[in-house]
Amino acid sequence: MSDELYHEKLVERAQAGRARGRLEQPDRTATLDNPLCGDRVTIDLKTAGGKVLAAGHRTRGCLLCEAAAALIVEQAPGSSTVSLIGLSDAVRDFLQKDGPAPSGWDAVEEFAPVRKVKSRQDCVLLPFRALAQALR
Amino acid sequence: MKTAKPFDPEACRAQFPILTEPPGGLPLYYLDSAATAQLPAAVLTAVRRHETMARANVLRGVHRLAEAATAAYEDARAAVADYLGVPDHDEVIFTGGTTASINLVAHSFGEGLGPGDEVLVSELEHHSNLVPWQLLATRRGMTLKVLPVTDEGRLDLERLPGLVSKRTRLLALTHCSNVTGAITDVGPIVAAARSVGAKVLIDGAQRAPHGPLDLPALGVDFYAFSGHKAYAPNGIGVLWGRRELLSKMPPFMGGGGMIAQVDLETGTTFAEIPRRFEAGTPPIAQAVGLGAALRWAKALEWAGIAQHEARLTGRILDGLGAIKSARVIGPTGLQGRLGVVSFTIDGVHPHDLCQWVDRYGVALRGGHHCAQPLAKRFGVAGTSRASLAPYNTDADIDALLNALEDAMKRFR
Repeated sequence: MSDELYHEKLVERAQAGRARGRLEQPDRTATLDNPLCGDRVTIDLKTAGGKVLAAGHRTRGCLLCEAAAALIVEQAPGSSTVSLIGLSDAVRDFLQKDGPAPSGWDAVEEFAPVRKVKSRQDCVLLPFRALAQALR
Repeated sequence: MKTAKPFDPEACRAQFPILTEPPGGLPLYYLDSAATAQLPAAVLTAVRRHETMARANVLRGVHRLAEAATAAYEDARAAVADYLGVPDHDEVIFTGGTTASINLVAHSFGEGLGPGDEVLVSELEHHSNLVPWQLLATRRGMTLKVLPVTDEGRLDLERLPGLVSKRTRLLALTHCSNVTGAITDVGPIVAAARSVGAKVLIDGAQRAPHGPLDLPALGVDFYAFSGHKAYAPNGIGVLWGRRELLSKMPPFMGGGGMIAQVDLETGTTFAEIPRRFEAGTPPIAQAVGLGAALRWAKALEWAGIAQHEARLTGRILDGLGAIKSARVIGPTGLQGRLGVVSFTIDGVHPHDLCQWVDRYGVALRGGHHCAQPLAKRFGVAGTSRASLAPYNTDADIDALLNALEDAMKRFR
């Protein structure tokens, strides 16, 4: 199961994401902790005209958490802020209710193996929850 | 090191059904006993026997099952007292666990504290021996003082004189760290407390499972530990306290069983110890399991076990020492410690590591281990932890070291 969980694409995504830091002047930002493990994620956004122009992050977390933050930073720019508001809930449903990958976020499928590992689902959700909070 | 009577870890292991016949037939190398220890057959049998032969509520019933249940419950108290080396069985209070025991003291003993009073805790504590005191400080307006730890992850006892004063009412400290494995030298703590008339509470959650105690010799005032780390079921724990202290403390929880007389006009009076602190129906079968566990544990060859666990701990430390990017959080030697080894590996998150080694059946624990101030002290978000019990063998350590080597290939 772990082989599946840590598949090559996900490991590469997490490692690539480490090079992406925080934004210098975000107009929206949120930091969230996972009290169970001590992980912490900050998501920064630069928005204008109802769209995300740029995204940054700082992640002190496991590989699953890093990969999720990296995915957000890569894919959020260009999206409308409205379209991102429900993303966290959609990813939660994807993991916990076998729901479909959120529209326009096919890469969330990379986290499908996490469906079988309940104890690690919050690792994936933490950055998406931080994104949701930043958008509030 | 003096040669101890030989201890046979394989024979010990054979007494644990979950280890001899692991679930799903998958290999199991259980190195997470500091979180929860496994149950020997003797305990499983005792609990099953109780639930099938003597299941009833305690103390108030007169039928034969109730009599049997009460006798079994009090017999468990006697077993605990014997394990702790205390002659007065009534000083043993059954609780839900270490956390409940410490909260009991924080609420009840804490009722007598107020502004100007101080409680000393340490950076080494589990949250269960920190947060109840923080809450008390907020509630009662008293002050918390914090004893720092050394770079080796031990209590810095040299700092005691500067932190203990005539304002100090209680020192609440761990007997053994659940992160570093360092064993506390309790003597200087008791001496410092006595010099100012303060009391001492020791969190024995990690130490109690590693051999019988002699609390009168230790000289402390309160001692707390959990059943589930001591080869007993969940949901049972112990608070031992000196009779003269417990008898003066107000009840913590109210309910059935803890009263002398309830009267709507004249008010309520309370039972003597231990009942005063055991409101409601207690965890009876769990207490019976704890009694069986401690009798089982008391009969083990602890000097031999200490040598066996030290050798295995040495193998873990040597294995980590061979990994360049590994850092041990805690003592790197074998003196004054138990077989609890926490470590980090650069660039590998503890949860990823623990998840990866699980594929080989190696059970580790990752995270902050409910000791966030200690993690902060060492500049880490979390660690991976291997912890030993008498049933661990060289095969467990082989599996751990092989799995770590494999994890290094995957994540680096």
